[in-house]
Amino acid sequence: MTYSAADIPVWAAILIAFFLLAGAFLALLGAVGFLRLPTFYERIHAPTLSTSWGTGGIMTASILFFSISGGRLVAHELLIGIFITVTTPVTFMLLARAALHRDRVENHPDIPRRDGVTPGDDTTVN
Amino acid sequence: MFPYPLLTIALLVMWLLLNGFTFGHLLLGGTVAVFASWGMAALRPDKPRLRKWYLLPKLFGIVMLDIIRSNLAVAWIILRGRAPGHRSSFIILQLQLRDPTALAILAVIITSTPGSAWLEYDSRRSSVLIHVLDLVDDEAWANLIKNRYEKLLLEIFS
Amino acid sequence: MSAIIIFTAISLAQIMLVIAMAIASIRMFYGPRAQDRIIGLDAIYVNAMLLLATFGIGTGKTVYFEASLVIGVLGFVSTVSLAKFLMRGEVIE
Repeated sequence: MTYSAADIPVWAAILIAFFLLAGAFLALLGAVGFLRLPTFYERIHAPTLSTSWGTGGIMTASILFFSISGGRLVAHELLIGIFITVTTPVTFMLLARAALHRDRVENHPDIPRRDGVTPGDDTTVN
Repeated sequence: MFPYPLLTIALLVMWLLLNGFTFGHLLLGGTVAVFASWGMAALRPDKPRLRKWYLLPKLFGIVMLDIIRSNLAVAWIILRGRAPGHRSSFIILQLQLRDPTALAILAVIITSTPGSAWLEYDSRRSSVLIHVLDLVDDEAWANLIKNRYEKLLLEIFS
Repeated sequence: MSAIIIFTAISLAQIMLVIAMAIASIRMFYGPRAQDRIIGLDAIYVNAMLLLATFGIGTGKTVYFEASLVIGVLGFVSTVSLAKFLMRGEVIE
């Protein structure tokens, strides 16, 4: 089934364009911050911009477009939003723990120690 | 019949969102959801105890608001750099939460809010290591998480 | 009128997303460490997913939705397995 952009009113088109551009801009900003921030633990914050409202904006635009031009609620993009919101913390947590582990093995000075475990020996991961 | 009502409903809603709402899909999706929840019951995970489930929408609203606000804040930091006196740093937080589901929800909240990332949970000391991008005062930040999210989660799961 | 607005917005959004993918791939190539490269790969996956969603709006076809869902799932699985690999050095234990 094909939906056409000519079927929707102008106010809806402006709303959809706003959400699209806001989402894409946040995704771009996430990538820029990912390039510019100096350390790994600061960089990990930047991609959450594109996974929170970057995804949210574009998926909202998509829901609005298909619902308004189709004349009924098409909301399966919500699934992508929920999926991304739930999976991003998992990947980032795993990556951050891997990074912490690697930095601790190398005795990096700025990394907080895990107490009671000698450095270089804390390979226990639940 | 329904060992996990929330899971069953969520699976049915997902099925209907993917396939479109018709009576046939309602029946088929319902059957699949019930069988899947029986499969889940056969795995015997620890059942989460939701005490005050009606507080979940309130938590959801607070989190959505905070995500929008911190999106703007992080976007500003990326464009303009941090204000003087602000720094990025690790903080260690002592939590009262013990329930695994509540901890998972807290981890999702903290990580999906830009500007703070949940790094590592130590179950023996029940402390968590969090990295904050724009930190002024350690104490204020810890109190924010404790009062805003943890208190509510403690009320919901207790 | 509304077709022009949506077409312009989609073109701009696609340009921004492609630039974001290019920037993420710069980070992926220049490292400096393996964890940065993996987050770069994850960012490329997320942006490709968003790009496919904009293609879906542009063409008015819902098939692109399935494609972006598959990309999202594959990105998640690959990032998790790479992170596991960094932690232990073996993917399958």
